[in-house]
Amino acid sequence: MAIETPLKGFVGESIKRKEDDRFIRGKGNYVDDITLPGMLHMAILRSPFAHARIRSIDASAAQALPGVVAVVTGELLAQHKLAWMPTLSGDTQAVLATDKVRFQGQEVACVIATDPYVARDALPLIEVDYEVLPAVVDPHKALQPDAPLIRDEKEGQTSNHIYHWEAGDKAKTEEAFAKADRVVTLETFYPRCHPSPVETCGIVADVNPATGHATLYLTSQAPHAHRTLFAIVAGLPEQNIRIISPDIGGGFGNKVPIYPGYVVATAASLLIGKPVKWVEDRSENLISTGFARDFHMKGEMAVRNDGRILGLRVKLLSDNGAFYADAQPSKVRAGLFHIVTGSYDVPAAHVEADGAYTNKAPGGVAYRCSFRVTEASYLIERLVETAAIELGKDPADLRIKNFIQPDQFPYKSATGFEYDSGQYEKALRLALEKVGYEDLRKEQAEKRKKGELMGIGIASFTEVVGAGPGKHYDIAGLRMFDSAELRVHPTGKAILKLGVRSQGQGHETTFAQIVAEELGIPAADVEVQEGDTDNTPYGLGTYASRSTPVGGAATAVVSRKLRDKAKKIAAHLLEASDEDIEFDHGKFFVRGSPSKSKTIQDVAFAAYTNLPDGMEAGLEGVTYYDPPNFTFPFGTYLVVVDIDRGTGQVKVRRMVAVDDCGVRINPMIVEGQIHGGLAEGFGIAFMQLITFDEEGNCLGSNFTDYLLPTSWETPKFETYETVTPSPHHPIGAKGIGESATVGSPAAFVNAVIDAVGHLGIKNIDMPVTSDKIWTALQAAGAAE
Amino acid sequence: MGRPITVTVNGEKTSAEVEPRLLLVHFIRERLRLTGTHIGCDTTHCGACTVLFDGVPVKSCTMLAVQADGRQLTTVEALHAGGALHPIQAAFKEEHGLQCGFCTPGMMMSSFALLAENPDPTEEEIRWALSGNICRCTGYMNIVKAVRAAAVQMKEAAAVPAGAATGS
Ligand code: FES
Ligand code: FES
Repeated sequence: MAIETPLKGFVGESIKRKEDDRFIRGKGNYVDDITLPGMLHMAILRSPFAHARIRSIDASAAQALPGVVAVVTGELLAQHKLAWMPTLSGDTQAVLATDKVRFQGQEVACVIATDPYVARDALPLIEVDYEVLPAVVDPHKALQPDAPLIRDEKEGQTSNHIYHWEAGDKAKTEEAFAKADRVVTLETFYPRCHPSPVETCGIVADVNPATGHATLYLTSQAPHAHRTLFAIVAGLPEQNIRIISPDIGGGFGNKVPIYPGYVVATAASLLIGKPVKWVEDRSENLISTGFARDFHMKGEMAVRNDGRILGLRVKLLSDNGAFYADAQPSKVRAGLFHIVTGSYDVPAAHVEADGAYTNKAPGGVAYRCSFRVTEASYLIERLVETAAIELGKDPADLRIKNFIQPDQFPYKSATGFEYDSGQYEKALRLALEKVGYEDLRKEQAEKRKKGELMGIGIASFTEVVGAGPGKHYDIAGLRMFDSAELRVHPTGKAILKLGVRSQGQGHETTFAQIVAEELGIPAADVEVQEGDTDNTPYGLGTYASRSTPVGGAATAVVSRKLRDKAKKIAAHLLEASDEDIEFDHGKFFVRGSPSKSKTIQDVAFAAYTNLPDGMEAGLEGVTYYDPPNFTFPFGTYLVVVDIDRGTGQVKVRRMVAVDDCGVRINPMIVEGQIHGGLAEGFGIAFMQLITFDEEGNCLGSNFTDYLLPTSWETPKFETYETVTPSPHHPIGAKGIGESATVGSPAAFVNAVIDAVGHLGIKNIDMPVTSDKIWTALQAAGAAE
Repeated sequence: MGRPITVTVNGEKTSAEVEPRLLLVHFIRERLRLTGTHIGCDTTHCGACTVLFDGVPVKSCTMLAVQADGRQLTTVEALHAGGALHPIQAAFKEEHGLQCGFCTPGMMMSSFALLAENPDPTEEEIRWALSGNICRCTGYMNIVKAVRAAAVQMKEAAAVPAGAATGS
């Protein structure tokens, strides 16, 4: 029998995940699994109305129910200056409503009881006298002069307008449009959807009245940032707050904001002196926590008749709900939407964005997305498709004609980004080859003659991920660096502590592999710890695909720091000079005589037992890595669909994904990230919709109405790669968690439009449901 | 008021007094502290709470504990009874069929029920059998692969005569 060399877990090896062992045994430790002695339970009373004045709240009957310990109202919080809290976009948000409710599902009061069932029993006993006000759910209407004023409590706020923001060069863009042969226009709405990790949000707040220490077990993608914000909001000394983000059952941006439930549970624990648990149910999650998208976009593209893009002009209106709570860096207003020029060499571009308050839940989280890059990517890829139809050109050719060329990197975009690296045509060509593009086009032509509808959709996306650099990007003033602390113990085993927080991305494995690569300690010997603010160095957390670009870079850099010290120790052990020591995957040897060598384990032992004179003991270090730039992952997705003329039903026949995320640390995990993102992209394109009726009732408040793709409807994916390392990242990696959700919706929708474009159907907004397609076919006189 | 029930959970008989309205999933998680069974929606959609009820997969968030009186319950914690991983567990790890792990216990219990009934399912049959379990992380590709791999493993293990599987 052949003896297999066991994998060490170096970069590029698909080793199995270390974290799986507990999960497959049902031994994960999620927030809801935590039970503390004497723990109380909290339930939240939510507003049934989208807009109403609160005349009075009478909690006496609820208070009198046996088992109820306390009822917390906004008024009580106001006494502690906690009725309002700051949002991540510099606005304020009600913790518990005092004056008005501004969206259906808004938090009005909380019951704390000895039993979760009793806490729920008490909710309907709270009497709230509401005066219902007219609600506005459409941002266009919200901006009309006669619209009801939603934020009447805000000083100086006289309309529902939140912000105006621009990027790019307006004059230059106008010039480009003046020179164009034609202007291609697309108005499209990227509807509201919700990340919906299978685990909802929750907290166990444990404030010790004797010491004032608060331990908060929290579904948090950013525990350190949350601790600082808690300290500021609640006025608690930061050293007394410990946030533990245990295993997280998926995040996708949903667990970035601080929610009112967290604040009330913490305040209640502080006031009562007992631990308080709050875990929201699914409806609460869907109607009140961070939604995504909700962008109304108008894109115009100036083109020459030969297909060359000359300019891009975008106007967008974002619906931010009742509080402007977008999770995004503080210096931008519509996230990184200005990446909207995508993979193309667009000489001039201008973006104008406005935000509006509506009577809908606040949030605007980057759902598997780096701050609005998803909306941007969708718009440009749909626009290119529209241009191809209008110009009568093949959409692949049109892309190739306009791609930024490999020799143009670093490439300065018209809206101010500096792209690090890319080979867009290579990725597109690989996708075309793998799908068999030419044959498919022939088949499509044949089918069209017979009246059958078949479409091929392309999206060649470029993302911008891995924020900072800190001097340009911060969250609530906190610079967007990230950190890694590495301790190598005498026996050569190590612990790596990070400021980021995995929610399923496999950090315990991937980051151990970076240490393995840089120091030669097998990944199995490197324990990765995250999520506990007492035990890990400060970092901004995991979202916007920043763990590998920033936390991964920090890991590589700290490993290299230790390697430099290890070299000196090795020189001492080998009785050679430092400069003569070479290193290769865990072995230090004297240049020219590889037989004279010491392992990293020997060196680690010596770091505590046999040091050169004057050297400090130990082999430990910490790095705070501030990235010099973003990274720019890219790829091409190709979708083939068949559409039933009689029903409008779409069948996804093929889905080919070529991703380039730079160097792949663990290809198995990378591929898993792509699969997951593609399924979510499929869901967004065809199923996932949070919508509201005129009165502001949320119509996607459970999984019957808010449809998530299951194994049955999710198509199969064919994945391929190209590798273009990031030149500025220590190991050339770019980040992969979000590419597929960013890039794929446009590919799915383009496939549908490619099938029906010849009938004069230019656009169908997501989710592209059968009835929408059928209605469009009907209107075009082409339904069966 | 409490109602006495006796349930066999993972092979062990347990008696308890429960409120008639207590959900089965809360009985499992809070009373028995078997927290491998998760709650993702409480409306029978996500399947995170899937357990076997007399061998049949059910969503324990929409059943009452009293309905389990006199019945057999199997939860994820029983899969590695005796210490060794069940082939389904091993395959989920091997094929990267999980990421955050939250859907995983429910997925594995549904897979277990499928393979008990149909030891050699096609990909289509697997996708259909798991369509009551939502996963937001994996896109299902590797879950399907894992179930296929487990089926093959289990078939091979069954083909080995008892006692012949020692040494190699
Ligand atoms: S928790 Fe039971 S199906 Fe979702
Ligand atoms: S692994 Fe996260 S929901 Fe399935």
